[in-house]
Amino acid sequence: MSNANSSGTLTGSHYLDGDHACSEGAIAAGCRFAAGYPITPSTEVVERLAQRFPFVGGRFLQFEDELAASIALLGGAWGGAKACTVTSGPGFSLMMEHIGLAAITETPCVFFNVQRAGPSTGLPTQPAQGDMMQARFGSHGDYRLIALCPNSPQECFDLTVDAFNMAEEFRVPVLVMLDEVVGHMTEKVVIPEDAEIKVTERRWTKKPPGEFKLFAPAEGSLVPEMVKPGDGYRIHVTGLTHDERGYPKMTVPEHEKMQMRLWNKIVLNADKIVKYEAKDLDDAEVVVVSYGITSRIAERAIQQARAQGVKVGSFRLITAWPFPEKEILQLSKKVKAFVVPELNLGQMVLEVQRIVEGRTKVVPVPHVGGTVHDPQVITNAIVGAVR
Amino acid sequence: MSAPVKENPVNKYLRMERMPSIWCPGCGIGTTVNCFARALDESKIPLDNLAVVSGIGCTGRVAGYLNVDSFHTTHGRAIPFATGLQLARPDLKVVVYSGDGDLSAIGGNHFIHAARRNADLLVVMVNNFTYGMTGGQVTPTTFRPAIASTTPYGAFEQTFNMPMLADSCGAVYVARWTAYHVKQLAKSMAEAINKRGFRFIEIAAPCPTLYLRRNKLGEGLDEMKFYKEKSVIRNGVDTREVALDYRKEITVGKFVDRERATLEDAMDQRYKEALGAKYVPYVSPGAAKSQA
Repeated sequence: MSNANSSGTLTGSHYLDGDHACSEGAIAAGCRFAAGYPITPSTEVVERLAQRFPFVGGRFLQFEDELAASIALLGGAWGGAKACTVTSGPGFSLMMEHIGLAAITETPCVFFNVQRAGPSTGLPTQPAQGDMMQARFGSHGDYRLIALCPNSPQECFDLTVDAFNMAEEFRVPVLVMLDEVVGHMTEKVVIPEDAEIKVTERRWTKKPPGEFKLFAPAEGSLVPEMVKPGDGYRIHVTGLTHDERGYPKMTVPEHEKMQMRLWNKIVLNADKIVKYEAKDLDDAEVVVVSYGITSRIAERAIQQARAQGVKVGSFRLITAWPFPEKEILQLSKKVKAFVVPELNLGQMVLEVQRIVEGRTKVVPVPHVGGTVHDPQVITNAIVGAVR
Repeated sequence: MSAPVKENPVNKYLRMERMPSIWCPGCGIGTTVNCFARALDESKIPLDNLAVVSGIGCTGRVAGYLNVDSFHTTHGRAIPFATGLQLARPDLKVVVYSGDGDLSAIGGNHFIHAARRNADLLVVMVNNFTYGMTGGQVTPTTFRPAIASTTPYGAFEQTFNMPMLADSCGAVYVARWTAYHVKQLAKSMAEAINKRGFRFIEIAAPCPTLYLRRNKLGEGLDEMKFYKEKSVIRNGVDTREVALDYRKEITVGKFVDRERATLEDAMDQRYKEALGAKYVPYVSPGAAKSQA
């Protein structure tokens, strides 16, 4: 790690696991504050941050539990730092209240969840993709956020940078949803020069105190600008329903106004946020919708099915949330079937079914987790979908 | 004849546009806020460098009434939010202002760890011996056998001696006052604000609507008279001897005032010793003002 440049970015080619690639992505994106609590299989992310931060001017503290870590993160973010926390299943459940607080207070921050098999303690060292709906709906009440699903250590680095950038652009918590295999697999990771890494800085307002409102959207935007404590603005930040100044205002019209902007800043910007990878869709009769490690397994199944003469393509989710609704809807008008393998008993497939509305066959390929699919099972589902 | 006072001197420390507060007549929380405003006046700390963090509950509303950068967080988690804010912004003075339920029950774990690691926070706990916001339930400080809505036949658990808890975990400043001791409390707050490390002030305060009424103890004023009669100032006394009991003597005063490396100092010191010149210290984002 001696070849880090003066800004801390570890430019060069490396052999890294996904967890460590997330740590390096965070440093490259300008993250200098992290709060954590150990939990398998995510711990390597904070271990590397704890090791690296003293060399790059960052602050890491291990807290007494995930409740503390996930709100210390918000304290750090409001202090003006780019901040993250890292966890897995049980810790993710404990962090839910503060994902909600981050959503309502519009705090730019990043949560990593390296998924293991649940429920409860489940299989701590084995993979799953069982937290996808929790990522979307886990905190109480209505809110929207962004969730990304890397499928390789390289993408762990790249999407971590994106996650920090989107957190700043939309003032929203961004979840990076790894799974145990992607977190622990080691592959080549190329970290670019700083000049080639696009980093979005916090949008500090230019308005003076008195004119600036912490929760009023900036002109031509749905997202407010920010200030820091200590700058003389005397801000108030609350988890209660609030007006544009941030003062509690518990009326139905005020609640609707606040809620709809929080909702719309993600929903109406979905085209800017949604990322996916499409392959061989031009002639496809069957489309495999997958994400994370399952997309790597599905590649083999798609090769096998093509060898058997099935016209099958791949649609890989990079953003799980917001879900690429428009793209799936368009595809549903021209293909015969969607096949959706995932390491859970049916989560993202529910989104595909909801959007397709019965127009097209949707074949779930569930798996309880603990290991990955046998590619043959996915191949059989692809072949069976059109025969 | 002196010039007439045109404005209450504490007004500039409050968000007057948010008055009146939600607190009931006779409640002690507002009295403590008045003392805090006077402490800010006396301590002369620049208000722009002060951030106040609250949890949830009646006292949790304090942050929202103070005219400083303020954060109203989640139930029990004001201390870890404040620890994160303070670590990210060592140029700020960070004060946690919350209630007994918030800090000693749901937030108890964070309280002991922040004291242990000597997080650079002043923690003010208004102890009204009940959960006021939710209608008067039992807390870890409700005396046996006081009536609460969830102990309708009287409380039966041992209470926390919060000064002893803070002291035993390593707090550098520990004091207790009541809402009657306005002068001493303001002085204590001013003294504690200017100190570094984990500082804890407990304030016994009346909750006339729930705690007093349900236990037939009279009005807020009756409780202030009770505090006046029953309080004994014992500065420097061993915190093992300051436990409170139902309608018994109330030991008040400054119990602990010592020096110990703060969390931030200890962290920096360790990195300097381990890494020498390779250590790159954290730079507070506060060094650059928001306005570009």
